[in-house]
Amino acid sequence: MRYLPLTDTDRREMCAAIGVPAVDALYADVPAPARLPGPIAGLPLAMSEMEVEAHIQQLAAANSSPSAQPSFLGAGAYRHHIPASVDALIQRGEFLTSYTPYQPEISQGTLQALFEFQSMVCALTGMEVANASMYDGATAAAEAVAMACRVTGRKTALISGGVHPHYREVIATQTHWTAHTAILAAPDAHDREDLTAQIDDSVACVVVQTPSFFGHLRDYTALAAACHAKGALLIIAFTEAVSLGLLTPPGDMGADIVVGEGQSLGVPTSFGGPHVGLFATRDKYIRQMPGRLCGETVDASGKRGFVLTLSTREQHIRREKATSNICTNSGLCALAFSIHLALLGEHGMMKLAQLNHAKACQLAAKLESTPGLRIINHSFFNELTVDLGRPAAALVEKLAAHNILAGVPVSRLYPGVTEFENLLLITATELTSEADMDKLAKALA
Amino acid sequence: MTRKYTPEHEWLEIEGDIATVGITNYAQTALGDVVFVDLPAIGRTVKAKQETAVVESVKAASDVYAPVSGTVTEVNTVLGADPGLVNRDPEASGWFFKLKLADTTELASLLDEAAYNAHLKGL
Repeated sequence: MRYLPLTDTDRREMCAAIGVPAVDALYADVPAPARLPGPIAGLPLAMSEMEVEAHIQQLAAANSSPSAQPSFLGAGAYRHHIPASVDALIQRGEFLTSYTPYQPEISQGTLQALFEFQSMVCALTGMEVANASMYDGATAAAEAVAMACRVTGRKTALISGGVHPHYREVIATQTHWTAHTAILAAPDAHDREDLTAQIDDSVACVVVQTPSFFGHLRDYTALAAACHAKGALLIIAFTEAVSLGLLTPPGDMGADIVVGEGQSLGVPTSFGGPHVGLFATRDKYIRQMPGRLCGETVDASGKRGFVLTLSTREQHIRREKATSNICTNSGLCALAFSIHLALLGEHGMMKLAQLNHAKACQLAAKLESTPGLRIINHSFFNELTVDLGRPAAALVEKLAAHNILAGVPVSRLYPGVTEFENLLLITATELTSEADMDKLAKALA
Repeated sequence: MTRKYTPEHEWLEIEGDIATVGITNYAQTALGDVVFVDLPAIGRTVKAKQETAVVESVKAASDVYAPVSGTVTEVNTVLGADPGLVNRDPEASGWFFKLKLADTTELASLLDEAAYNAHLKGL
């Protein structure tokens, strides 16, 4: 397809036809402070290709890569080994450049990959139906709240203090504009929360997370029963998909909707995205689900095939009555997730989860014997919260200068909360070596 | 018993103060194979012309309106397992819901069979 930009003559003719002096006049209704008065200050207008290359290389050199130094970063994005075959396969043109597969007759490869992705998400979460993915875990959580409000006809969501603060913020933003109410429980660093007493007949759903933002593991079976007794839905979120290789699936605890981040499998940590949101629920709620759904069927000659299905939920058919305004999915990241998980297999996924937990246990043991530190978790998967006894943010900055990425200070996500100032989230994965751990323990001593 | 129609292709059969509501044969033909019917909650109060049910075919999802104001007293649960009944028997066993009429004077504004057939000829 050729791109033919408009000429100045085209613009003049169009403006004359509709009776405005110039294109800028069309922006008169936008308040002046919201308009850009001229060129952006400090933004160079043009560079040669060679200059751009040199400039970008200079910028890239300023990056501090987690793979080049001991890294204990986590808090919602996790560095795992990605097999080289994942990248090689997702870069095949048939996958890399394919658009939303509206036409099943030319999209069987993409559709089958999505169907397998959905099947894997169901197997991991212990749920009955999963969609073809959302943008990320946070938007999946906000969609789950909206869905629970549709299912129950209620307007209030209770959000646990163990849920990732970014997820809480996205839920709060969305509920504000959909005339729903999100009640955000206090951040639960010490795993003391019990929301049971707050569940009443006005509550559409309770949103919880395991492992929690602070790393605690929780069994939500009793909370599920408490929700169902009041006609509310239980939404269980997770940010570390690898944990599902070892932990009780949220579906087995009685969750009605399970949402989470799939980045851990197949997708690198890169400036906050792109990520892939996982979304699964019970069969009985399938028509209230948001997002793309791929189904298996047979063609006219009885051969197995795949199609997008139940599209009447979606915006391109239902318009303003759609279950969601998402009209896409994270197709390529979902594919990377599926390839990585398929390469691991069920046994491999379990081994990977075991290895992550074993590494975290090893790290915890080293930190426990480090004077001045206190681990606040009684349970964890591969991430835990450590009380450093001194402000975490300053120490993290200092260690970063010495090429150790010590973790994520809780104050980075909950700024200005005095009781969180000394708390540091520390993650170990299969990529964390014992030498890395020793460096960290020594640096924190 | 009286049968009435709306220009939006709903029919209703009035018996006492109860109206049974469905979609016409013309509507089911236009929709094609019906794959799902979303029925209202029993006890729900609806106003005339308010969206009360949704019918999904392989082609589209369409709202079904309450032809008159009232309270939903019964829904056709058979459609849950067999939505195709709407195609096979739209104006009898493929009914959608029953309403207890709130205001019988509203019935006067509805079409009788002859008027509905004339309306179809004009489409």
